Amino acid sequence: MSPHAQPYVTPCLAVLVLLLALASLAVGPAGLSFSSADQAWLILTEIRLPRTLLGLLIGAALGLSGAALQGYLRNPLAEPGIIGISGGAALGAVLAIHTGLAASLVFGLPLGGLVGAAGAMAVVLWLAGERGGPITLILSGVAVASLTTALIALVLTLSQNPFAAVEIVYWLMGSLSDRSMTHVWLAAPPILAGLAVLARLGRDLDALTLGEEVAANLGTSLARLRLLVVAGTALAVGAATAVSGTIGFVGLIVPHILRPLVGHVPSRLLPASALGGAALVLAADLALRIVSPAGGIRLGVLTALIGTPFFVWLVVSTRRELAP
Amino acid sequence: MTVALKKVRLALGDRVVLHDVDIAVPTGQVTAVVGPNGAGKSTLLRACAGLLAPERGQIAFAGRPLETLARAELARAVAYLPQERAVHWPLSARAVVALGRLPHDDADPEVIAQALGAMDIERLADRPVSQLSGGERARVLVARALAQEAPLLVADEPTAGLDPAHALALFTLFQRLATEGRTIVVALHDLSLAARFAHHVVLLADQRIAAHGPPADVLTPRNLEPAFGVTMLCTNVNGLPIVAPVSTLP
Repeated sequence: MSPHAQPYVTPCLAVLVLLLALASLAVGPAGLSFSSADQAWLILTEIRLPRTLLGLLIGAALGLSGAALQGYLRNPLAEPGIIGISGGAALGAVLAIHTGLAASLVFGLPLGGLVGAAGAMAVVLWLAGERGGPITLILSGVAVASLTTALIALVLTLSQNPFAAVEIVYWLMGSLSDRSMTHVWLAAPPILAGLAVLARLGRDLDALTLGEEVAANLGTSLARLRLLVVAGTALAVGAATAVSGTIGFVGLIVPHILRPLVGHVPSRLLPASALGGAALVLAADLALRIVSPAGGIRLGVLTALIGTPFFVWLVVSTRRELAP
Repeated sequence: MTVALKKVRLALGDRVVLHDVDIAVPTGQVTAVVGPNGAGKSTLLRACAGLLAPERGQIAFAGRPLETLARAELARAVAYLPQERAVHWPLSARAVVALGRLPHDDADPEVIAQALGAMDIERLADRPVSQLSGGERARVLVARALAQEAPLLVADEPTAGLDPAHALALFTLFQRLATEGRTIVVALHDLSLAARFAHHVVLLADQRIAAHGPPADVLTPRNLEPAFGVTMLCTNVNGLPIVAPVSTLP
């Protein structure tokens, strides 16, 4: 593959995201042309605007954190789920549904998700230890991720109320439908804070290309870098998962597709992946609204349906590269 | 820039790797660190690069103790070239060399071009490092360290995997950099290269400094044979020193 960076990748992606955002405002099951001006305005601001904004924010969060984690772990198979953050957020949200907090409080569900993400982050960092490298981070992340999966299953089986169980299962599939501006106000600050933290790590991730010792020699504090990668991911992906449920594979695919286009340079991959993630989530959500306006297919299911064959292809091509 | 190690003891975890290191690396000279496998060469070099805090004693760069130097200052003062030659993403050779400019926050194209030229890799500049041979990749990584333009260059076996022509060229370059005022610390196994190009040799054996001083004083059978456990031929051919292992000692 050519190492040459395409200078126009990021501007092109920005234009694409803009077009998709406009399309996301324009397309929906309730046609704007048949409504009165007031109704149209209501549909636009109360239904489509929050959905579009959440698509942008969540896609950027997943894409950027995927790129940052792959850069930090120096592994193209890393994604936000691998360090247990999405699992923690999902567990927190599921507990909020189970305990009834989600029903009694408008922002109970996302709040549960945020608390879960923060808890998962604390456990992962504590397990990984003060001096641990990428491997200990992956190991503790995988441990936390499997623990949260088991606990979610436990909550589901303990659930007395079948409606709550169904709600949990649906929520876990991930979706952007029926979200209001309250969700945007709740999710936007932590997502934006997380994006800001991750977007500034480019220099250190570049240095890490040559290994930890050279990165340290080039002025990178490895302990600080790891803390910022995990904290930025927890803020961005934790908040994203808290409002949308789990949307898998975006954080895996987007950086992987874009990497050759930016010459494999980790710092250049960060902004491109944020835009690419936003574009992918907006496009997938848009496709859902056109293909299944009644909401039969969930966003998380669609991204996983696209993602799994891609993942298989990734494994096969890695195997081919590694073959003698 | 001098780096001085005073009564330094270095440990990796619980294991002491170097005892009683007391040396001052001379400025504007090439210092070669030699010794058998496991003698502690890489550990000494890491300490000289400020990457390893001593368990005891003090390391000072140009008179300033390591712990008083900010990360960014150290990054501009020392360039470190490890033995490990992993490049985790298939960047172009030029992009790898440009990483050396990170401590300066400027990807000065002139400095990068100079570093590429010094290592004879201009024609490889736009190739992904994943497609280069081991020796070519080694030269790209040396160029990365050169682009850092630090007054102290610490290189761990930079000639491993280089062909004789490029190994000679690298040491000639080191000598030239030294005459320009830079300080070079280099670990190596080729004792003839050390004898010929180093101004100062540090011989490590059994986690201690066995001898240090000018090459002619250090690279003698009396010092080398017990350290390496082999008989050594130390001679001159056409006025150039040759140090060659002959046979293992009983």
